[in-house]
Amino acid sequence: MTVTAPVARKRSALTKGQLPAFAPYVVLAVALVLGAAILALIGFNAFGWGLVSAILFTIGLVGWSAAVEGGRKASDKLATCLIVGSFLVALLPLISVIWTVLVNGIPGIITPGFLSTSMNGITGTIDNKSVDNGTKVLGGVYHALLGTVQITLLATVISVPVGLLTAIYLVEYGNDRALARAITFFVDVMTGIPSIVAGLFSAAFFFAVVGPGTKTGAVAAVALSVLMIPVVVRSSEEMLKIVPNELREAAYALGVRKWRTILKVVIPTAISGIASGVTLAIARVIGETAPILVTAGFATSINNNVFGGWMASLPTFIYTQILNPTSPSNPDPSSQRAWGAALVLIILVMLLNLGARLIARIFAPKAGR
Amino acid sequence: MTTNSLTTSQGAGRAGDKVFSGATLAAGCLILVVLFGVALFLVIQAIPALVAPPADIQGGQGFFAYIGPIVVGTLIAAVIALVIATPVAIGVALFISHYAPRRLASGLGYVVDLLAAIPSVVYGAWGAAFLAPQISPAYGWLASNMGWLPIFQGPASATGKTILTASIVLSVMVLPIITSLSREIFLQAPNLHEEAALALGATRWEMIKIAVLPFGRPGIVSAIMLGLGRALGETMAVALVLSSGALTASLIQSGNQTIAAEIALNFPEASGLKVSTLIAAGLVLFVITLGVNMIARWIITRHKEFSGAN
Repeated sequence: MTVTAPVARKRSALTKGQLPAFAPYVVLAVALVLGAAILALIGFNAFGWGLVSAILFTIGLVGWSAAVEGGRKASDKLATCLIVGSFLVALLPLISVIWTVLVNGIPGIITPGFLSTSMNGITGTIDNKSVDNGTKVLGGVYHALLGTVQITLLATVISVPVGLLTAIYLVEYGNDRALARAITFFVDVMTGIPSIVAGLFSAAFFFAVVGPGTKTGAVAAVALSVLMIPVVVRSSEEMLKIVPNELREAAYALGVRKWRTILKVVIPTAISGIASGVTLAIARVIGETAPILVTAGFATSINNNVFGGWMASLPTFIYTQILNPTSPSNPDPSSQRAWGAALVLIILVMLLNLGARLIARIFAPKAGR
Repeated sequence: MTTNSLTTSQGAGRAGDKVFSGATLAAGCLILVVLFGVALFLVIQAIPALVAPPADIQGGQGFFAYIGPIVVGTLIAAVIALVIATPVAIGVALFISHYAPRRLASGLGYVVDLLAAIPSVVYGAWGAAFLAPQISPAYGWLASNMGWLPIFQGPASATGKTILTASIVLSVMVLPIITSLSREIFLQAPNLHEEAALALGATRWEMIKIAVLPFGRPGIVSAIMLGLGRALGETMAVALVLSSGALTASLIQSGNQTIAAEIALNFPEASGLKVSTLIAAGLVLFVITLGVNMIARWIITRHKEFSGAN
């Protein structure tokens, strides 16, 4: 007598050997509860709870899958868990950085006068007094904000013409010549120059040409240009490349000269992309610290002359306030100012990034693509 | 008047063409000149340090005894940063290119790009003020339980301001670079190969192993190299996070130093021969990163025909 298989199956043959659709949710719930229980034994904290639960979830789901579905499906589940997990891990520092800056920076930024006063005359004694008496922290970032704007503007004025013209050469005149290939290669290499080396180059150049110890906003602007030019070249090149060839050919067919074609047809078509690329390049260099540190010195007062005298900037302001607090015995006011400046800097960078997207959308050519 | 307007305008137009193409050519050449100038001026300003009597250099044993330990420290910090960042970055790139719902993918890519937008000095401040105190208990645990390994030798730093913390901060900073380059190349993997693998019954992970990863390998390698270039030259994360010192094998004690941080910490107050020494250190860093970047670019160009990434 043979044993017959049970006739009435609960599940269709097609879905046999598969986890039910609700399996991940069940495992997740169990993992969260177990994780909370384990963490309760060794002292609860949210980060540990997430970590332990994630590990338990992975083990549980992969184990269940291995038992029901077999090794191939189980390793697929494991890979999915690891890949999603790595994305969540990458979000942790982003959230943590933004949270830290917000929590520490808001007290600084809402102090009256923070954005409109400089550090001129703010000494350790004043900081000590404000801590002892519990009064508001004096001093602000106006001089640094002004310096950052001036240095970045000058760097933009230097970089945009050079970068844009180079991109035009590469796309319109280069024709894959040896020189064009060399420029492309070295622009790529230039993208990788460490920012501090760019600062040292600018310092070394001005030390040799103007005189040892030359430190002004202009030196910093040249250093930033070295970092900014390759970014402008790359983004403008990409944008010029996607201008349809039909537009150029139509202009040539009407007898328009090449340079007029480029100025009147090609660039207006690509201007939205170029402008947003330039904005992103500004966002990239505005937060650079190291090159300004070695080229512009430290200033505590307002300097309106980018070509003379030491100049402060937001990144170097943050750096010096953290590393060398104004009052060594009471570093809290300095740290409050530093985080406030960090918040201002992040807001600036985010606005520039947002601006780049808006520019790309607003100035995009209306028809034809 | 019978002058032909086509012929008369020709002179001015031709001059315009000459001027304009000349200007673009000059701008292109200026870039080559600048890069050459970077090397030239660094060499000129560095020479005094290279020819000075050894006793005059900081440490009193010549330039190479001074630069040696900080080169090693730079390499240690960069390599640890890559070891941490690479698997996560490839996972994130795969998540965005092959796992995330299509509609979310570009938005998620933007979120990762935000990591690249945060200024390095803010990362440094975050590493020093938040990460180092949070992570120092873990160092204590490592020192007492895995202290037999030279890299975890105790006593652990009480402040957490060690080379390992600096490397973790560095890894966060190179993550977006590796991610965005790998993502580009994963998205370019031929759809037909992917569909063929899935049609033969491969799971999603098997499809990625068969069709996506082999295709993306040169791109991943060059992305890692570019990340290495960034990690080698990054200044602020190390200058603010690490409490520097002599070269040590232990990653959880204070000590070690990187070239970029050494320059940033000392250059503002330096004068005379010290300036030359630091510029020479910058030259060494320049040569190292230039080599790394050129190898990366060379790998990309070599595989350009069939990868399309650059």
